[in-house]
Amino acid sequence: MARPAARWAARWLASSALMLFLVTAATFVLASMAPGDAAKAILSSQSGSYTQQQYLQLRDELGLDQPLTAQYWHWLDGLLHGTLGTDLFSGQPVTAELNARLAPTLSIILGTIVVAGLAGVGLGIVSALRGGVAGRAVDAISLLGLAIPNFWLALVLIELLAVRVELFPATGYTPLGADPEGWLRGIALPVITLSAGGVAFVAKQTRDSMAEVMSREFVVMLRARGLSGRSVVLRHALRNAAIPVVTVLGLLLVSLLGGAVLIEDIFAIPGLGQLAVTAAGSHDLPVIEGVAFYFTVIVVLASLLVDLSYWLLNPRVRGS
Amino acid sequence: MTPATSLVAATAREPGVLEVRDLTVRYHRGIRKPPFTALHEVSLAVGPAETVALVGESGSGKSTLGNAILGLVPAASGTIAFRGEDITCARPRRRRALTADIQAVFQDPYGSLNPVRTVGQTLAEPLLAHERREVRGAERTARVRAALEQVGLSADDAARYPGQFSGGQRQRIAIARALVPSPRLIICDEPLSALDLSVQAQILNLLRDLQGDLGVSYLFITHDLAVVPHIAHRVAVLYRGRVVETGPARQLCSAPRHPYTQALVAAAPMPDPVQQRARRRAYRAYQAADEARAPAAALSDPP
Amino acid sequence: MTAGRGRALPGRALPGRALPGRALRQMASRPLAVASAAWLVLVVVAAAGASSLAPYGPQATDLAHVMSGPTAAHWLGTDRLGRDVLSRLMFGGQVTLLGVAEALVVFAGLGITLGLAAGFAGGWTDRLIARFGDLVLALPGIIVLLMVLAVYPGSELAAMIALGAISCPVLLRVVRGATLAIRGELYITAARLSGLTGPRIVWRHVLPRLAGPVIVQLSLFAATALLAQSALSFLGLSTPEAQGPSWGNMVGEASTVVSQDPWLLVPSGGALALTVMAFGLLGDAVRDVTAGRHLAPPVRVRPVRAPSKPMPGRPKGRAPGTAPAGGSMLSVRGLTIAFGDLVVVRDVGFDLSPGEALGIVGESGCGKSVTVRSLLGLLPGGGRVTAGSALFAGRDLAAASERDFRRVRGSMIGLVSQEPASGLDPSFRIGSQLAEVIRRHAPLSRGQARARAAELLAQVNLPPGTLARYPHELSGGMAQRVSIALALAPGPRLLIADEPTTALDVTVQAEILGLLRDLREQTGMAMILVTHDWGVLADLCDRAIVMYAGQVVEEAAVGDIYASPRHPYTEGLLAANPHRTPAGGVLPAIPGTVPPPSAWPAGCGFRPRCQYATDACAGGPVPMTAAGPGRLVRCIHADTLVARR
Repeated sequence: MARPAARWAARWLASSALMLFLVTAATFVLASMAPGDAAKAILSSQSGSYTQQQYLQLRDELGLDQPLTAQYWHWLDGLLHGTLGTDLFSGQPVTAELNARLAPTLSIILGTIVVAGLAGVGLGIVSALRGGVAGRAVDAISLLGLAIPNFWLALVLIELLAVRVELFPATGYTPLGADPEGWLRGIALPVITLSAGGVAFVAKQTRDSMAEVMSREFVVMLRARGLSGRSVVLRHALRNAAIPVVTVLGLLLVSLLGGAVLIEDIFAIPGLGQLAVTAAGSHDLPVIEGVAFYFTVIVVLASLLVDLSYWLLNPRVRGS
Repeated sequence: MTPATSLVAATAREPGVLEVRDLTVRYHRGIRKPPFTALHEVSLAVGPAETVALVGESGSGKSTLGNAILGLVPAASGTIAFRGEDITCARPRRRRALTADIQAVFQDPYGSLNPVRTVGQTLAEPLLAHERREVRGAERTARVRAALEQVGLSADDAARYPGQFSGGQRQRIAIARALVPSPRLIICDEPLSALDLSVQAQILNLLRDLQGDLGVSYLFITHDLAVVPHIAHRVAVLYRGRVVETGPARQLCSAPRHPYTQALVAAAPMPDPVQQRARRRAYRAYQAADEARAPAAALSDPP
Repeated sequence: MTAGRGRALPGRALPGRALPGRALRQMASRPLAVASAAWLVLVVVAAAGASSLAPYGPQATDLAHVMSGPTAAHWLGTDRLGRDVLSRLMFGGQVTLLGVAEALVVFAGLGITLGLAAGFAGGWTDRLIARFGDLVLALPGIIVLLMVLAVYPGSELAAMIALGAISCPVLLRVVRGATLAIRGELYITAARLSGLTGPRIVWRHVLPRLAGPVIVQLSLFAATALLAQSALSFLGLSTPEAQGPSWGNMVGEASTVVSQDPWLLVPSGGALALTVMAFGLLGDAVRDVTAGRHLAPPVRVRPVRAPSKPMPGRPKGRAPGTAPAGGSMLSVRGLTIAFGDLVVVRDVGFDLSPGEALGIVGESGCGKSVTVRSLLGLLPGGGRVTAGSALFAGRDLAAASERDFRRVRGSMIGLVSQEPASGLDPSFRIGSQLAEVIRRHAPLSRGQARARAAELLAQVNLPPGTLARYPHELSGGMAQRVSIALALAPGPRLLIADEPTTALDVTVQAEILGLLRDLREQTGMAMILVTHDWGVLADLCDRAIVMYAGQVVEEAAVGDIYASPRHPYTEGLLAANPHRTPAGGVLPAIPGTVPPPSAWPAGCGFRPRCQYATDACAGGPVPMTAAGPGRLVRCIHADTLVARR
């Protein structure tokens, strides 16, 4: 199996590199098109007025007057040497800033995937097997979960569970290492908010997929051979229904990156999403590029996991 | 003489409706795998108002031959001649014009009719395509109704949808569609295989009667040797893309000469217990002989 | 018997499916779809006509009634500046819905064109577009949106265009997939062969079929776009408050005063949620309506528990004069099976002696498969036994619970079905599937089970290397042998073979039939063989029952049935069999078509097609009567017909 695996790995590397290139280049281009630039923003925040000369000098210092391709090449060069540049405003290395903010974002995103995945698959299986009332209930809950705007839900949950009844903190984030319980409490509401839609999405796909598999002839034959209902469902049906569900989980992850931006804003969590918004507003180019890069890496890793799951789950993929 | 050349020699005298010579068709399976040869130098001829049956199992290439004649798959080498004209590499426009003369009836009566168009709309399509000035509106309707009646349905059925008919009735509709442009040759690709036994006989009789009334020729593709003597004048047996035996229908089916044809005949169970016991013994004997001849070669179970 | 053409009798009993013009009517009969459509119309009208319909201006303050909650003057209350919420919702709807429309236009335009291009062009164009679509779909879209908003601050148009563009691969995939699928349909080939040009085929056949899936995707995306637009507005990144109300920024405003007036969250959140739901429900309704049009009725998912207990019914006795075979292994009487209200099998009865091979023969739709599957409790969704009994090993299988069935399945009765490869789990190796069944029925270790699996494979003439293969790597014949091995593994006394060779080539079929015969000799198993092929019946079976329209019409030893059939249907079928008629003459055909269960004639089911029918045949249900030693027939004219022949 060496040759096909090597080919597959090469293809994957190529398409991942392509994606990283596209995202970062596009971000660069867009950022440069934006009116205003970092130099202006820095000078206006320091003192109300500034001279044109100061402006040009700062631009030269920051390297903003170089042509676009040169700037991008410079950034790429830095990337290949392991650095993402420095924050134009704070002077800190971008990598350090981003890494500090990685944990909160990942906690929320992975937490949501776990919750939405487990709950969604469970609900999906239950509603696929038991039609009637349970199925309708799941349908209704799914619909609500998908329709309610997550920012609205966040506000309601904060009001009910953090302000009126102080079960969870309304804002802020506690690192896992420092205080596990505080960490859990801190991410609980964000995860619940994001999971509402996620569970619905996953449950629906699981149900459709399970229903399709259960109607196939081989399921009837498995039962005809005396296998118990539980083994048929959990071992055989689930395995065959898994691929579309895995696909959906991958899509969910990508959409959660956008959701993170929203949620970190509402819950005042110092994560990558929050950083993305402020950096975009202040034209802090290296930081924007850095966030784009990190997000794309997350997506690439997620799609790698998804592809690996396909390979594990579907013997036909393995054979080819 | 090989089967191919004997067939060609036999028909050299009369200009046939269809003449296939040394036709080779290959399927490409991607860059890394070698192309798969579906047909290898196949030769065949069909005369006017004649039915030639093409018999083979799955993987024999029989459907591929029908598709090649219809222009649905390209030929790698060889020629296909229709009434003397070489149509092997016919351009799309010529192909479209040819559909007035060469038609097809397929195996699946459910898939071959668009479920959201009425029977009348579907039957009118061949007339739309050949927009001869004289075929308009009312005349079109008349021809559609006539075709429906010819196949044993009523003219009112033109307003109905395919979903309202049974499998056998849909197959009649498909035959009516094939008849509308008054073709010379109809490729019947397993038209009976998806039908119930009691309906198969009806459709078989219908096809025979139509041949008698209209003088149309058939290339009758089937895997079931039993129906061949009832509809075909001559037979060609295909195995893995090659013609292994040809001959007059009744003769070939009662006394086959090639081992593969013999296996086909012996393997098909007879609907009579006493005769079937005898045939079983014959098949067993045949199998033993086959094993002795070439123990590794499996005639059946192609991957 | 009307020979020759065999005119198709008017058997137009099949119900018409939903048709293009009727799709709307079908939607109209679904209350949720109607409610969603009504809501959307209301919202659009209220937003479009806000300037004339709204009771107040969007910025008209009423500082005397700040955060009042619903009152007569302000139906949905007022916000923190005393502005009427209802009016702001209506004006806000303009901007919000406009944003959705902008995104939708871009989404649809790009998605449909690229999808059609990919589906039709094929080759490199297709691959390029598909790859490009996958790439765009994997982009972290939020980055793109943030950057676009940085370039065009506050501009909803720019953000929505970007949203439509980065989401279009979803529609692209659907359109491309649907186009490819439709192009592969047989009737497209038929249309080509009718001489239609490419563009004409697209117009007549492809585009109408695309409408359904495209509308579904459009409504789902409208829901997504609405949520995205309101989120961006909530964050202040597009349509900030300064530009006027939008549903998103109204939620944002409400959040600032949530402790004083929580009610304010309700109208804005409610408007959003209801509209998103309406889009979603509409999409689902369109999907249900269009999906059901072209396919067979979907197989309803069967709950893993047993179906509800059958209604108690008195077993209908067999005709007097025929004693049931003493010591029979399986005794079925008066079996009646229905799907909902529709009866598909009625009053079926037969006996099976140990070691005997019984054939159940009939055409499609006669109920033979349903009959045998009911013996194992494996009826497809909605089916249940409503009357009769099936005595086997001290149990009545017609009234058995799921637990009873589980004891019988596999270990006492085995099943082999028609589909060779699709009867096997595609995700597991053959060895693993065999071992699982073996260990389910016997306490063996892994190693022992593996050894036993190899033995079973040898019994069905398969090499031991098959253990390591997957089902998709096997040919039809090999897969069917594996199915037989799986059925034999627990050592059942009775094997039910439901059309085991129908999907196989004739030479492969001969081998499988030979295998089944050998296995019966080796193990002494009884067998019930369901088939439509009279040759297969003659090859394998000792006795046969013929089914037509859900009933048994004749039962006899195999030799008797072929030599002297008693029922007109049996006679007709045998006469129409090409093996039995010398070539040259016309094939005697049975006129007419098999009636579906919804249109069974009163009295004798075969009467409309029978050449011997008289008025008496329509009188009432015809009982099974004796027609000789060990023979039964369901025909009131059986005796007179024998004389005639």
